Amino acid sequence: MNMAEEMRVLLEYADKINPESAEDYIKVGGYEGLKKARSMERKDLIDEVKRSGLRGRGGAGFNAGMKWSFVPQDVPVKYVVCNLDEGEPGTYKDRMICQKNAQALLEGMAICGHAIDSNQGYIYCRGEYPFVVELLKNAIASAKSSGVLEDFDIEVRMGAGAYVCGEETALIESIEGHRGEPRFKPPFPGVEGLWGAPTVVNNVETLACLPYILVNGADWFAGIGAEKYPGTKILTLTGDINNPTYFEVPTNYTLRDVIYKLGGGIKNGKKFKAVQVGGTSGAFIPEQNLDTPIDFDSMSAIGAALGSGAVLVLDETRDIVDVVTRISKFFEHESCGKCNPCREGTFRCREMMEKINSGKGSENDMDNILLLSRVMQKAALCGLGQAAPIPIESTIKHFRHEYMRKVL
Amino acid sequence: MANYKDIIDNCKSTKGGIIEAFHALQEEFNYIPQEALTEAARVFGLSEAQAYGVATFYSYLSVEQRGKYIIRMCESAPCHVAGADEVIKAMEDYLGIKVGETTADGKFTLELCECIGQCQATPVISVNSKPIFNVTAQQIPEILGQYK
Repeated sequence: MNMAEEMRVLLEYADKINPESAEDYIKVGGYEGLKKARSMERKDLIDEVKRSGLRGRGGAGFNAGMKWSFVPQDVPVKYVVCNLDEGEPGTYKDRMICQKNAQALLEGMAICGHAIDSNQGYIYCRGEYPFVVELLKNAIASAKSSGVLEDFDIEVRMGAGAYVCGEETALIESIEGHRGEPRFKPPFPGVEGLWGAPTVVNNVETLACLPYILVNGADWFAGIGAEKYPGTKILTLTGDINNPTYFEVPTNYTLRDVIYKLGGGIKNGKKFKAVQVGGTSGAFIPEQNLDTPIDFDSMSAIGAALGSGAVLVLDETRDIVDVVTRISKFFEHESCGKCNPCREGTFRCREMMEKINSGKGSENDMDNILLLSRVMQKAALCGLGQAAPIPIESTIKHFRHEYMRKVL
Repeated sequence: MANYKDIIDNCKSTKGGIIEAFHALQEEFNYIPQEALTEAARVFGLSEAQAYGVATFYSYLSVEQRGKYIIRMCESAPCHVAGADEVIKAMEDYLGIKVGETTADGKFTLELCECIGQCQATPVISVNSKPIFNVTAQQIPEILGQYK
């Protein structure tokens, strides 16, 4: 019933083709984008991707073509790394792309490989998805035996349950067989990445867009959705929603339509209270901001983030302070411990949130959390520690009355 | 525990493959035995301390002996609001152990975990990495009773 509201590009042939089979994919036009990419000069290919306006779908929103252009040309070995670590709670869109259209991901990696002159790709798949690892290995074997990948090889590596490995340099460390602790930047991976070689790390969804950009042209892609963050975005709806499932929509789609049209509204006829977009590190958004489009910049403008595209809906009966306390425990658990602002900060955030949630906190604790939040956002080494206090900060801002009911 | 050397040997040509080796060891033993950790460190040219550092960094790897079936309960926000706490309590009651412990017969280990990416069907548990969907506290005896 919601197909008409959606715009399916990456998921157009979901459940109609076998995601493991290169042959199936070729029958519906697959690998034409790679052919076209290989007929182009590298510089022109990078320009085409830049011109399409494709920005990173993992959360950071960086222009993909721009990221590629930082890779030096005069180095013999370079790598294409696909980030399939999606650890952001409430997110499973990369799993859906693999389970519905894995060959598009492989094609996208090969296109990136041509652009940066690399013949080795890695897919870093989270340890929670061993069945996706199997699927991808079969898909790679199918693509290799059909010859479409030519000399481009792809190896799948499995993570082992560490949220921080979604950060690109921590992910690289993990592929190298180390603890998944983020590196200091610069140097950025584009210059010095996997085993010291220039490396492009892109999200699954970013890479899977590439075949369609090549086939239909940069102008076509740039014309879909929001002007500055064009294309489609796959969202995953969870929480108190009638249709807890995944959808692909143009990026100018509004949050209200996501919840009430695609999501079918709030479960059990209850009223809306808040929505957290972008996964557990995202801000909580109140009713008055629901008419915001989901694109990266519109979400930033209301102090929120599109992030991974997870949408967690809470109804009027939910205890926001309790949910945020649970989230603070998540970050304490997932902090890798390398930098002090995050290691200590996530610990103190959880401690103060538990104090407030159990009715033992004061307004002074709230002030201290907000101060700590500023320190973490400015001083933590990677996105984990920088984003960890955002759910707390955004709920103190928009739902202060709920905190006030619990403080002494 | 005769074949841990073979398992590690199979991974040694993989560059940076110690995590792959740990996964393969866990596939066989459900944890990383001390002798295997020492051997993996040797094969991959790391100190034992470094190998231990890797093994204890990742929540899916364990250097402690675990049960035949490892149950993980997701307690991330989407599962939390869907009632994860009640499911955890039901499992603790049914198994007679607390989170982090293994049953006396060595059959079940109960662990908490963060999001396993099956949020279309919360709350979710997994048994030896196989996800089980829309779990309720009432279903726990029936679900866990299937594991012999």
